[in-house]
Amino acid sequence: MTTDKTINLEINGRFFQGREGMTILDVARREGIPITTLCHHDALEPVGSCRLCMVEITHPDWGGWKGLVTACLYPIEEGLKVTTDNEEIRRVKRTILDLLLARCPESEVIQKLAAEYGVTTTSYIKNEVETTCILCGLCVRVCEAKGCRAISAAGRGIGKAIAIPFKQPPPDCIGCASCAHICPTGTIKYQDTGNVRKIWGHSFEMAKCTICGRPVMPEKQLAFEADKSGLDPDYLRICPVCSQQKTVETIRSSFGISPVESGDSVCDAGVTPVAHR
Amino acid sequence: MRIKSVKSLASAAKTACAERAKNKMEVLVCAGTGCLANGSLDVVKSFDRAIKSRNLDTKLKLGLKTTGCHGFCENGPLVVIQPKGIFYKGVKPKDVKDIVDKTLINGEVIERLLYRDANTKERVEQYTAIPFYARQLRIALRNIGKIDPGNIDDYIAADGYAGLAKALTEMTPEEVIEAVTKSGLRGRGGGGFPTGRKWKTCRNAAAEPKYVLCNADEGDPGAFMDRSICEGDPHAVLEGMVIGAWAVGAAEGYIYIREEYPLAVKHLQRAIEQARERGLLGDDILGTGFSYDIKIARGGGAFICGESSALMKSVAGEIGEPRAKYVHSVIRGLHDRPTVLNNVETWSDVPWIITEGAEKFAALGTKKSTGTKVFSLVGKVKNTGLIEVPMGITLREIIFDIGGGIIRDRPFKAVQTGGPSGGCLPESKLDLPVDFDTLTDAGSMMGSGGMIVMDDRTCMVDTARYFLKFLVDESCGKCVPCREGVHQLHQILEAICRGDGKPGDVEKIESLSDVIVAASLCALGKSAPNPVLSTIRHFRREYDAHINNRKCSAGVCRNLFTFEISEEKCTGCGLCAKACPVDCIVGELKKVHRIDGKECTRCGACRNVCPVDAVEVV
Repeated sequence: MTTDKTINLEINGRFFQGREGMTILDVARREGIPITTLCHHDALEPVGSCRLCMVEITHPDWGGWKGLVTACLYPIEEGLKVTTDNEEIRRVKRTILDLLLARCPESEVIQKLAAEYGVTTTSYIKNEVETTCILCGLCVRVCEAKGCRAISAAGRGIGKAIAIPFKQPPPDCIGCASCAHICPTGTIKYQDTGNVRKIWGHSFEMAKCTICGRPVMPEKQLAFEADKSGLDPDYLRICPVCSQQKTVETIRSSFGISPVESGDSVCDAGVTPVAHR
Repeated sequence: MRIKSVKSLASAAKTACAERAKNKMEVLVCAGTGCLANGSLDVVKSFDRAIKSRNLDTKLKLGLKTTGCHGFCENGPLVVIQPKGIFYKGVKPKDVKDIVDKTLINGEVIERLLYRDANTKERVEQYTAIPFYARQLRIALRNIGKIDPGNIDDYIAADGYAGLAKALTEMTPEEVIEAVTKSGLRGRGGGGFPTGRKWKTCRNAAAEPKYVLCNADEGDPGAFMDRSICEGDPHAVLEGMVIGAWAVGAAEGYIYIREEYPLAVKHLQRAIEQARERGLLGDDILGTGFSYDIKIARGGGAFICGESSALMKSVAGEIGEPRAKYVHSVIRGLHDRPTVLNNVETWSDVPWIITEGAEKFAALGTKKSTGTKVFSLVGKVKNTGLIEVPMGITLREIIFDIGGGIIRDRPFKAVQTGGPSGGCLPESKLDLPVDFDTLTDAGSMMGSGGMIVMDDRTCMVDTARYFLKFLVDESCGKCVPCREGVHQLHQILEAICRGDGKPGDVEKIESLSDVIVAASLCALGKSAPNPVLSTIRHFRREYDAHINNRKCSAGVCRNLFTFEISEEKCTGCGLCAKACPVDCIVGELKKVHRIDGKECTRCGACRNVCPVDAVEVV
């Protein structure tokens, strides 16, 4: 939670202001200072599991003490001096990416990121189990934020895995696929074929757009969202593009503006609605 | 009956003392987990039958009591006869008749049940004369072995809850904090953080409500300090917590204890109920208007849940994973509220400090590590068990005076302190005083008090491998450096122990460890490389021998040595041949024996039984 109190801090020798409660990452992102992250998403509470956003901090009052902290979690404080890149930070990030590459040698995202730090092949023993999951936990957190808690981490240590209860299709899954969309390494997959979405062992029937007939979202998700938001399910049953079109038409008719081009809906004009991609 | 005032507590103590003074003699049978496993309950039953059937309770004015752990577990079941302080070890139900007839009725001492000094081989009669006990100073363990943990009156008779009464009626919360600060008490769970300062920060925190918790999630291999205190003197923990709650202004608290400690859970639960009934816990404690209640939260046994933030998550019903503590838990702890969390031993020290005075505690130990510390002394020492000693005592005194030295007088090699993330210290460090800062400087740590002694037949590379395996299994897996990094460290050590070590492995371990220490999220990860770093620091030669010469001189890593029987030493007794599980030792009686190298699995059975140490590692 941020307050109105202004905090002055220094990042890489430049002076910035932020509000009390913001993290170093919040300020750095706002100012366009690059800090690599894998487990962070602005919509979710930070947890600091990937350790890639490590920065060095010190303070004039700390008697020369400096240390590494995760930018995503460290709350800014008055007079804080932050360094986002130096040899020590690069060494830590290089080792972390080297370790992640040993865990997921096949992950393109990790390969690319590791290469940026000069790691092309891991110097550690490669994982015997084939995976691209880095256990950042974003999928679990987004599912929790959504209010479903359908998936969770199971086990601990090196044997930890993102799991579904009793290895069965999770009963609380609504098929929204937020977990798949947020996954930084593309590990979680789903498949939309015709009117069916397959994810986590489920086959969800899709609700069709009442205007264009294209699939909008799984019926179960629609019911869930209508219940959570209190919105009319019929309102949700219109795909975002048609919904936009409808709004445009309403405005046109209200103000008497004539259409520039004719056409039944934007969908027919060849634009792929967001929900259809 | 509810005790409604300090005055009635004093009179309850007086009554309880008078009640106890009626007995001219008391038989104390240890019923701690170790002695229970050795059958001490059957001993209690036999005493009970013998006493009742012969009316000895009235005739001799004899009392029978089950107590908590005396600490000398390897000699159990233990029986102490007071007031003479006669100490019997390894007592079986069949010995009870003898004890009743000879000792209780005639006042004779039974030689065969006495403890025999490991070094002088002499029988010792008195509890207090046994070297294992003689050098100890018991504060946290003050009542254990003396009182019945299931009887609150026993605790009250031993001045129990007097510290609470004093704190509630004679001291302000600030004065209590001041006393704890002055005593120099530092957290006994491993961190060594000044307790008084922790309490003060929590008291000054603005948010409400506040919580006072007890960490009883003891998980170090070979450690049982907290278990023994919870089993043997649960009221001391409760009293400490109520005093702490008064000091910081908390109304609610939890004891987080692992499910694997069923007896401790049972005793704590019973103690909580008794304390509530007596008005020493819950609403309006001792009629002062102050209220504080404790619930027990049982943990599933994950080592990481001993870490403060993971523990609080677990108490709240979430997955027990630590969080970054850029904001400390004294400000934002359980349910994001200010929380004081102290370890069992710390809580047990608190009532003593209040009753006896902060100065008295501060006078013990060293300047920066005051008071006493409980250790579980295990491994290759003659006397193993639970000990409490003043801080500043040397490792040598603990291992050789209290512990009686190394089993079979073999050479000492190392002592591992501080639990799995502690370190191993060599002989050259034996004269170091045991305190928080000295142990850390030497590359190990105090931890919660585990102390594992190792002899020359322990391989230090293998030891590091063992502890890293423990940490790999117990890492929560949340952050990359700990989950992946410690796993890779362990893989390198596995390779070295297997004989697949490569030059440069040690340097690789060191640089990876550096990053794990710098980048891990919690203390488990940050301290996880300690076992390997401390063994590299003090036993580098063993690593080099493993990697460069493919040799394990301790005879542990099976691919890296063979056994040979020394022709000079072998007496031809044949014990080795009998012990060999694969029948690969040949030789006639009274003639030199020989090991067939091809068949030998290097299990070491021959070496363990050889009376003249003729089985050698080559």
